[in-house]
Amino acid sequence: MSATVQQARTTMPPKLPNPVSLLTIVGQRAWTALRNAAPLLVMLVIIFAVWQIAAGGAKSSLPPPSTIWKQSHDLILHPFYDHGGLDKGLGLHLIASLKRVAVGFSLAAVAGVLLGMLVGTSMVAMRGLDPIFQVLRTVPPLAWLPLSLAAFREAQPSAIFVIFITAIWPVIINTAVGVRNVPQDYRNVARVIRLRGPAYFAKIVLPSAAPYIFTGLRIGIGLSWLAIVAAEMLIGGVGIGFFIWDAWNSSNISDIIVALIYVGVVGFFLDRLVMMAGNFVTRGTSA
Amino acid sequence: MPHFLDISKVGITFKPGAPAVLVDVNLTVNRGEYIAIIGHSGCGKSTLLNIVAGLTTATTGGVLLDGREVDSPGPDRAVVFQNHSLLPWLTCRENIRLAVDQVFDGKQAPRKSRAERAEWVDENLELVRMSAHADKRPAEISGGMKQRIGIARALAMQPKVLLLDEPFGALDALTRAHLQDQVMEIHHRLGMTVLMITHDVDEAVLLSDRIVMMTNGPMATIGEIATVDLPRPRDRLALVENTNFIAARQKVMEFLYARHRNPAQAA
Repeated sequence: MSATVQQARTTMPPKLPNPVSLLTIVGQRAWTALRNAAPLLVMLVIIFAVWQIAAGGAKSSLPPPSTIWKQSHDLILHPFYDHGGLDKGLGLHLIASLKRVAVGFSLAAVAGVLLGMLVGTSMVAMRGLDPIFQVLRTVPPLAWLPLSLAAFREAQPSAIFVIFITAIWPVIINTAVGVRNVPQDYRNVARVIRLRGPAYFAKIVLPSAAPYIFTGLRIGIGLSWLAIVAAEMLIGGVGIGFFIWDAWNSSNISDIIVALIYVGVVGFFLDRLVMMAGNFVTRGTSA
Repeated sequence: MPHFLDISKVGITFKPGAPAVLVDVNLTVNRGEYIAIIGHSGCGKSTLLNIVAGLTTATTGGVLLDGREVDSPGPDRAVVFQNHSLLPWLTCRENIRLAVDQVFDGKQAPRKSRAERAEWVDENLELVRMSAHADKRPAEISGGMKQRIGIARALAMQPKVLLLDEPFGALDALTRAHLQDQVMEIHHRLGMTVLMITHDVDEAVLLSDRIVMMTNGPMATIGEIATVDLPRPRDRLALVENTNFIAARQKVMEFLYARHRNPAQAA
């Protein structure tokens, strides 16, 4: 084995890419990227064109893209301005919303994984808790808001609680399924080496359930982002939800449309972030 | 003198009222012996191995290993599973390390220090010639390599008896031959006791000292035991013309295909 490696080392000269081939590679990369992105760019142009024509009339109730640019380009170009009070750039509003989601979602992730492990391991816990979870998870996120306002008497913890209670169910349910579905093969290995209790849990059950857990987390972060915008419309203060509501109250339809696009893009990146974290942590597990 | 491994009057019924899967299985094995258990699919040979491993509990009878009754799984009866059963999130080295860390903790086997355990893992990787691929994950290596890691993991537990559950069943013929030679060589060096399930006649004759032939299920039991009278080390090429090899092979073939044909194929 080592002989063949050495032979390969001596016979093959170190390969340095010459400038011409490097240029070709860059060119090819750029061409591939362009070819992949082209359909999307064409689609965007078509959408904006149709929108411009459809909303361009004098009696139209919604602004066309040209009007939005005229009225709201400040929002698009300067996301981080701060004129004091609630007059802030969209970026600052988004950061406020993201902070709430980060706190609520982190709490939901920790509590959800722990509860999911309990329900997945113990038959008694499953019989006792699962029916409750199944009923509570169908309660729409905003329905919790009045109750949490009554309990916390403050906007900030109430919003965080709504995120928490929204995101926790898919985490619990997926974790429980993952814990219950540890393959018999892995369990046999653990039995032969007499791996039991917390060590068995940490070394076999958790890694084996990790792909399920991350599926739950991904659904959870999506739901969190859905809930925060709605919750912030009601509680006020800084936040993207409040920004949209405020824009509506001052009839700034252009601002609303810009904010919606931001909300969508941020939601997309949140989803990708959790997916990438999952791929990193569970690399190899699906084999 | 009591035997090293003593399987006595073992029977198992999975569902009450259903016919027994195994009845009255009696087998004694000496230290260092290589036993192959052969039979058609569904004859309960894997069940028998699982009973010796302690993964399944016999309905009747029992198993004694080195004077101790088998009542639960343990590293003294390390199993090499047919589907390798490596943990996919660990590298090859970590898979073996997990077993070594667990077994040599001072309770199950004499404690080894950190350095000793690391060295012991490397030694076993070297034994199956997998040192070069030690830091790959199971998904990155071939089926034969996975099985070698499975064997290294089992051997690293220093079992009293090594249980092989059709270890080469899922491999192509060339890889299988290569692994058989490796297992033979390791058996020659370490002299461990082996119980191997197989449905390959040549494999059984080539590797083992005795071949246990199982009748068809339900109510399967040991039909016959053939002794393979061949000197070790064995060479697969030299054996092709060996009369003892041919005789043992014929005996097993005759048992499997003339007297105890597979009921599924006979129909």
